[in-house]
Parts: sequence; structure tokens; C-alpha cells
Amino acid sequence: MAVHKILGIETEFGILHQQSDGDSNPVAASSMIINAYVNGFLERKVAWDFEGEHPGADARGFNEFDALAPEIETHLVNAVLTNGSRYYVDHAHPELSGPECSDALQCLIYDRASEEILIRSMDVANKLLPPNEELIIHKNNSDGKGNSYGCHENYLMDRKVPFGRIVSQIIPFFVSRQIFCGAGKIGSELSGITSTDGVFQISQRADFFEQEVGLETTLKRPIVNTRDEPHADSKKYRRLHVIIGDANMSETQTYLKVGLTAIVLAMIDDDYMSDIPELAEPVRNLREISYDIDLENVYLMKDGRRLSALDLQWIYLENAARYIKVFGADNLGGIELVNDLISRWEYVLTTLKTNPEALSNEIDWIAKRRLYEGFKERHQLDWNDPKLAALDLQYHDLRPDKCLALRMGLTTLVSESEVTNAISNPPLTTRAYFRGRCLQEFPEQVVAANWDSMVFDTGSEALRRVPTLEPLRGTANHVAKLLDECEDAGELLRRLGN
Amino acid sequence: MAEREQRRRQNKDSEEVDEVPSAPVEAGQEIKSELDDLLDEIDGVLETNAEEFVKNYVQKGGE
Repeated sequence: MAVHKILGIETEFGILHQQSDGDSNPVAASSMIINAYVNGFLERKVAWDFEGEHPGADARGFNEFDALAPEIETHLVNAVLTNGSRYYVDHAHPELSGPECSDALQCLIYDRASEEILIRSMDVANKLLPPNEELIIHKNNSDGKGNSYGCHENYLMDRKVPFGRIVSQIIPFFVSRQIFCGAGKIGSELSGITSTDGVFQISQRADFFEQEVGLETTLKRPIVNTRDEPHADSKKYRRLHVIIGDANMSETQTYLKVGLTAIVLAMIDDDYMSDIPELAEPVRNLREISYDIDLENVYLMKDGRRLSALDLQWIYLENAARYIKVFGADNLGGIELVNDLISRWEYVLTTLKTNPEALSNEIDWIAKRRLYEGFKERHQLDWNDPKLAALDLQYHDLRPDKCLALRMGLTTLVSESEVTNAISNPPLTTRAYFRGRCLQEFPEQVVAANWDSMVFDTGSEALRRVPTLEPLRGTANHVAKLLDECEDAGELLRRLGN
Repeated sequence: MAEREQRRRQNKDSEEVDEVPSAPVEAGQEIKSELDDLLDEIDGVLETNAEEFVKNYVQKGGE
């Protein structure tokens, strides 16, 4: 039986510091954004705890000597929020790693909350700046000049699953899912060739992937990332770190992206699929699919068949529909949610074939294409016109008075009140609850926190670390009453028997 | 889930769009007018100096 698909999203946001001399330092700008939020909204800043971080560990069981392990930048701003998130400066970007969620809808709510946190951060930071300066945040993945930054997903997997099975069965899914996950982009940023020449493509990220499997995230990016840091009991679990996705403005896309990926990974846990064809050239096919906006092409499989991106998705969908009848959906957030995901999947695949324009309220790249073609015609522009490139940035601009995505009539799946609640409160159904509530209740006594432990100072001689190695423990069901009753962290630790 | 669905933000006249139009010609006109409204609104919020904005938008690679 598949392990519960605990999942989360971490987003690096684009940042621009507009000022009169034009000279901007993105690391300083990112620190300003995060400090503005921490000082403006949090009772007390609690630092991230780097104990247990091993980004160089490789899921294939070795550390590649020539692979570049991601650096941990311990000297930069790094805070833990009361909703269970980590908010920090990563490689010259503000990054928000959302809390562990127990289903796709919850994950979407926290992704929307992350956007709102960045918007609030911008508001506060800009009030502190001189009137001729402004910090601007974009939820995108590329600057159009060959530089990319990620929106990563994380999924809990069963440690017993052979990594080779994950690789062979997930690659065709990752390569083809962009047809409904892509955020759209004007121009091409293939290695060394940056051009806007008549190009509109499905994905922001496809240009930047150069190998099938690997440890890197910043160079030679792989379709399947092998970083092996479970942030949980490593004997039982692995965490699949997914770097191939676009950051979406459309809620439908974020929901489908994480929800359908979780279903496919559950099928891989259970070794359910026996008919997944392998692409002959997945890295090349990833780019080819991104540039094929009419979804007309077919791609060679290792078994000699030629299948389209839609064909591949239909194979996964048919497997999923059968799978939940046999295995149920308890580990994916329940049958109602999973039925909803599968029926939307079917609708999207059918409509992409018959009438893709009808998805302009659901899918960023289709919304963009409609907008850009209309704008181009109205103003008699070429695809190369910087006005179109400006639209392509402004679609992702998080300033509410500038954001174009907000004006596209995109369908929403979550309410304002759910998002507002998620800005300050953790999910009830994972260990993020324990982390968030402790930060709310005992901010003075939490010294540091990370995904799999918290460190308390209860006034006794030694600091006390509480491990949280089980992502499904420390939920509201387990500890809400206890946390309600405890006067301070000392009492909490005594009653936990620590 | 379906009942949760709503539009993130409606254009001024777009409530009418949800009703099924009686003829394809009307549907075509409706879609065009909806796009025109959207383009009007976009023209109003576009960065004034697009070329400069695009030129200055340089990010460091991340991840």
C-alpha cells in the first residue's frame, strides 16, 4: 500500500529592485522583503535549524564527485512562519517553502497563502523605501535572458520502492504533463541561444533541462532530481524532490499538477502500472513538446511506437481510474477529492484535443496565448516586440494593481477565507501543525525549527530537541488538546515525555 | 469541489458569458467582445515603459 502522499511546494520568486541608479542587489532586496514580513507580522523571529540538512545525498546511493551539491547558505535571512512554512533567501531570490500538506487542495491553499505572504512583504517593504524606489515580486521561473529559478514540489515516497522504477515510470509523466501544467513563455532560452523570434512556448522551464537523472538543480538540470533528504525517518521514507514544474498563476493548474503527480507516485509505490512506455529521447522530447503549441507532434518510444503528449497522459489517466477502484484513495486525500482530480484531468485532456481555447480560464499558457494574440493584433505588433515581453512578465507580477493573471478571469478553487487562514495557521493534518502551533503558543521558547525537529529553550541547562520524523504525527488530532492545555514549552515537553 | 468553483476576477460584463448563446455567430461576437474588454483593461495597467522594464529584468539563476 502506498505511503500517504504528503506533499508541498517551494517557490523561488523573481525579484526586482527598481531605483533611480538602476543598480540593484538581489540578495539585499530578497533580505529586505523577508525582513519586512518577519518584523511586520511575526511576534518573534525563529531561525531555521540546519541540523539534518544534506542536500548532497543522492537517492541512487552515492555522491557523484562531479555533481555540484546545492550549497546551504546559513548566513542569510531564514525564518520559520506560524503556518509551518520556511521563508528565506535562496540564491538571490526570496523563497517560500510551504508546509507539509496531506492532499492537493490543501497544498493549493498554502500555495495561494505563499503568494499573499509575498504580497504583504512587498507592501511593508515598499513603505520603508524612499518614494522613488520599489521592490517588485514575480511568480515566474525565468527572466527571458537565460536565467531560471524554480518552483519545486516534494512528495513522500516509500523507501522500499526501487529508484529505477520511479525514474522509468515518472519521466514520461513529467515530460508530457506540461501540456496542462505549463505557465507559457514568449521566447526561447535554450543553452546559449536566447531569442524571442516568433516563439511562444508551453513551459517556462523546458529550455533549462539537460539530463534525465541527476543531483544538480542549478546546472545541467535533470528531469528526475536525485536529492535524497527525506526530512523524515529515512528507513521508511524518501522524499521525491521535483524540480521540473512551472510556477502557476492558475489555481486549477497547481491543483492538477500536485494532485495528479501524487496519484501517479502512489501507483509507482504500489507497482501498479505495467504499460508505461519509455520515451526514446526524453530531454529532447521535453523541449519539443513545449514548442508544439498545437499539440500535433508524436514522439518515438523505446518500443518503437510513436505517441503524443496527450496519448501518454491518457495512459496514466486510464491507469489511475482503475487504480483507485482497487486501492482506494485514503492515502491521497480521500475518494471525493481524487474523483474530482481525475474528472478534471479527463476534461482537460479531452478539451486540449477538441477545443483548447475553452481552457483559457484554466490554463496559464492558453490564457496567455489568447491575450498575446489579441494584443498583437490590436496594436499591430511582431512577436519580437518588447511590449509582448513586458506582458509576459507582467502576467506573473504579484502587485495586485499590475498582475495580468488576476485580470484573465481564471477559475478559482479556494476561498479568500481559506487563504487568509492559511497565511498564519498551519495545516491541521500533518506535523506542520505541531510546528506552527508551537510557534504561535511559545514563540519565546522555540530556539529553532526545521522540517523534522524543533529545538526548545525551557530555561533548563540544555536546549531540548523534539524530533518530528513522522510527517503524519503531530496533527491537530494528536496534539491540539495537549497544546491547548500547556502553559509553556516546559510543560509541553514534560507531558510529551521528552 | 464543483460548487467551490468561481472566477478569480470577472471582467465587467462577463456574468452573461456563462449563459449558453443561442447561435454560433452571437457566441463568436460575445467571445470577441469579452476579449476586447480584457484588452481595454490590460492597456490600462501595462507598464508605461515596457522596453526599459524588460531590459532591466535580470535575475540570478536559482535553486
